[in-house]
Amino acid sequence: MAHLTLTHFLVISALLFGFGLLAVVTRRNAVAVLMGIELILNAANLNLVAFGRYVAGGISGQVFSLFVIVLAAAEAAVGLAIILTLYQMSRNIDASAATTLKE
Amino acid sequence: MQTEFIIFVFLALATLIGAASVALSRNIFWSAMGLLSSLVGVGGLYVMLSADFVAITQVLVYIGGVLVLIIFAVMLTSHIQDINVSNRSMGLVGGYLVFFVTATLLCFVAIWTPWKLTGELPVADTTVAIGNGLLGTWLLPFEIASVVLVATLVGAIVIARKEVKAD
Amino acid sequence: MEHAEHAAHVAQQLGPLATHAVSYLWLIPFFPLVGAVINATMGVRLQRKFGKGLVHSISIGAMALSFITACVAFATLLGLDSEHRFLQDTLWNIFTAGKVSVDLGFALDPLSMMMTLIITFIGTLIHVFSTGYMADEPSYWRFFAYLNLFIFSMLLLVMGDNFVLMFFGWEGVGLCSYLLIAFWYTDPQKAAAGMKAFVVNRFGDFGFILGLFLLFWALGGAWHKAPDGKTTYVETDSHAAAYVAAARGEGHGTPHVQVGPTLNFRQLRDQIVITDTGVAENLKSQTVFGFGLLAMVGILLFVGAMGKSAQLPLHVWLPDAMAGPTPVSALIHAATMVTAGVYMVARLNFIFALSPTAMGWVAFIGALTALFAASIGFFQYDIKKVLAYSTVSQLGFMFIGVGVGAYWAGAYHLLTHAFFKATLFLGSGSVILGCHHEQDMRKMGGLGKLMPVTKWTYLVACFAIAGFPWASGFYSKDEILWKAFTQEGLAFPFLGMTPHLGQIIYLMGIIAATGTSFYMFRSYYMTFTGEYRGGHGDEHGHGDDHGHGHTHVPHESPRSITFVLVALATGAVLAAVIGIPYAWTGHAPLLEAWLEPALPAIVKFAEASHSTEYLFQFIGVSAGAIGWFFARMLYKDNESKVPAQLLERWKRAWTVVYNKYYVDELYQGTVIRGSVGLARALSWFDKYLVDGLVNLAGSVTRAFANIDGAIDRYLVDGAVNLVANSTLSAGSILRRVQTGRIQTYLYGALVGAIAIVLINFILQ
Repeated sequence: MAHLTLTHFLVISALLFGFGLLAVVTRRNAVAVLMGIELILNAANLNLVAFGRYVAGGISGQVFSLFVIVLAAAEAAVGLAIILTLYQMSRNIDASAATTLKE
Repeated sequence: MQTEFIIFVFLALATLIGAASVALSRNIFWSAMGLLSSLVGVGGLYVMLSADFVAITQVLVYIGGVLVLIIFAVMLTSHIQDINVSNRSMGLVGGYLVFFVTATLLCFVAIWTPWKLTGELPVADTTVAIGNGLLGTWLLPFEIASVVLVATLVGAIVIARKEVKAD
Repeated sequence: MEHAEHAAHVAQQLGPLATHAVSYLWLIPFFPLVGAVINATMGVRLQRKFGKGLVHSISIGAMALSFITACVAFATLLGLDSEHRFLQDTLWNIFTAGKVSVDLGFALDPLSMMMTLIITFIGTLIHVFSTGYMADEPSYWRFFAYLNLFIFSMLLLVMGDNFVLMFFGWEGVGLCSYLLIAFWYTDPQKAAAGMKAFVVNRFGDFGFILGLFLLFWALGGAWHKAPDGKTTYVETDSHAAAYVAAARGEGHGTPHVQVGPTLNFRQLRDQIVITDTGVAENLKSQTVFGFGLLAMVGILLFVGAMGKSAQLPLHVWLPDAMAGPTPVSALIHAATMVTAGVYMVARLNFIFALSPTAMGWVAFIGALTALFAASIGFFQYDIKKVLAYSTVSQLGFMFIGVGVGAYWAGAYHLLTHAFFKATLFLGSGSVILGCHHEQDMRKMGGLGKLMPVTKWTYLVACFAIAGFPWASGFYSKDEILWKAFTQEGLAFPFLGMTPHLGQIIYLMGIIAATGTSFYMFRSYYMTFTGEYRGGHGDEHGHGDDHGHGHTHVPHESPRSITFVLVALATGAVLAAVIGIPYAWTGHAPLLEAWLEPALPAIVKFAEASHSTEYLFQFIGVSAGAIGWFFARMLYKDNESKVPAQLLERWKRAWTVVYNKYYVDELYQGTVIRGSVGLARALSWFDKYLVDGLVNLAGSVTRAFANIDGAIDRYLVDGAVNLVANSTLSAGSILRRVQTGRIQTYLYGALVGAIAIVLINFILQ
């Protein structure tokens, strides 16, 4: 166990992914959902870097994760803008209340 | 090696506990703090993977930008009086199930797949290499990313601004 | 030689086959029918517009035309020689069904000619009488319409050449009798009297129909017992006709007799009278359930006569029928309708003559009725009731006549009775009118001085009915009683031949004759002699305003009434001429000779000398004289106290007789109660059982319908609804997938992805 290998990082990222999924699926607060999404992206990022370091070699994994970070930021911005607009309209950011898509 | 492992465990704990609190905390603010902890932990893990530039970017962009934005949103949208906003519905049970299944599956895959590990040493100066790569091999994704950023920013502004009535 | 004798014999038998066809006979009943129809449909308007004169002119005109036509027919008949006196006028065939063939045909033979003349002549006179008597009646037109209708029905009865037409007329006169008796129908008693007449008549008609059916059936054949014990039904031989014609030695074209079931009188008469056909023998040998068939037929037909002619058990309607206007009583209940029974028996003389039992029964009932009714007549106070019982009694005499086989005598008595009874009734009508509709004799008296014409005609008629030789009643009544005495061939049902039945009947008859004389003269003396006892002038009866402004002193009736009275009284006297007995002149009486072709039945009477006959005639006159004497003694001038004393002494017996022997009460208690009870039982049956069954059927149907409905509602609709509901609930359940929450969809996607991975993983 002393020696760090790919597996350790992969497990961490798997758990991180799971938590992120849990947050997305169960949380009612929209911002919390967004936070969950960030966790998922982070898990993916960790995966990328770990694989880049242990399997692929070079910096391709890191470059990819940079792009992911950029896009995560952009998506967070838009998402929060939407949430804020929703809040302005209905004073409520309960995700289970936003059920207009219901039949 | 031992210290490396201890640091790894420490960072992993920070990450996971933070992630857990994001998913399970009743208080939205604590979730935000958990997210902070998680992001920091992931950054630390990047460092352990010799991806120092990515770690820095993580701290700068994620923590300094996204997290701050999120905390703004949390502050703006929750009633400070009653922090207790999130109420678990939609079956935690189902969520736990998904969590366990997914995590187990992934861990399973992670542990039992015979990865072909390369014995290469990590690149020494990652910043230079990344810079060269961005303007060299991955120029197109770079440009597209910038376009996406512009579009996103414009979109966010359009969404978030108040309706201005024409006089 | 033999053949010639035989041929002569056959020729003699065939003689009566000839008929004389004419084409105007239908007019005789037609005129009164037209009169009735005109008065019935337009009478109200005619009366209002032109007054009563037009109404009665139409009626009387129709009657007169009918009488004239009858006279023409009479002249024609006289012109034929006696064997061929048969006028036939067939219009068309009404219907034919199997063996039954009914023609609308009229036939006049001497008997029906006599009846027709009586009906039209006396009918016309009574119509004239009615113009005076019913002068105050507002429904004048209705009365004359009914009268004409009655005459039409009676003519149909008499002139019809078959049973069906006769029965049609029979029923028709019953109907008109009802209509006329209950003419003042607003009085419930009078209406009830009319109904009583009708219902009692129906009883009689039932017997008549049964007799008719039995006869018709019997003519069709007979059950024969073969030597081996088997009974077979053998149809009447219809070859007898050919046999008869051939035996006469003539070829085709000769009239031959039809053998077999028929409703036509002529055919019936021919096949029975002409013994060669064998029908008479056939009928005599037939039995029905052990009873002689002909006896049964005769008795049943006589039941019809009992109803129509008011003989003993069914006599109850006639006295009540006096509730009708007096002309009605005179016409219907003296001269015509009640004689229909006698006519029928006379018409069917050939059938009755074949059965001594039937003859004995008819004669006996007639005698019993005569005696019974005479006794009741002793004590009645209502003058019309006296006359009614007298009618019943005289009808009894007529039936004695036709019962013992003296058919022409019975018919003769019918004729004389028509005249003198009509005179008596119309006389009583005149009296009633004069006393302002008072009918109780105790309130009359002394009218002889005030109404002379009425008195003299009444007196003449009383002599006629009592049987004094200068008036016709003597001749007819005497002939009847003499023939009854000398008839030894009578039989009584269940007793077999009773040779002395004839004498017993004679005895009853002579007592009844004494009684007749007594009560008739009693009524005469009470009404016309002494002092006038009425003085209150009760105003009952329908609105009478004579317009005379008198006090209540009676006066003679108007000319229309007295003229008729005189005419009828004259007839009562003159009718004697045609009946003068053989013993006096050596020739058969005119009427007997006249009627002989129509009465072919050969009846044997015991031989007796003329001196015996003179003795009996003397006894008859004495009977009348005794009756007159006692009546005179007790009731002349109403001075004698004896009637009152006798009444006190025999109060109980008097009460029974006065109340008509309580026959009406007996009927009320038995028949009426019985039929009402039966009606009630049947009504209960109908209400609870029949209606119950129907309701049950209805309920069952309803229950089934309910079940069906339930099935439809719950099963069928339920199934449909179930499908719909399950679709809806499935939809609403499935709808929950679309929560609108993104997380749910994500959930779904995740689950799907994991599932795929797992499956893939496991499969490897």
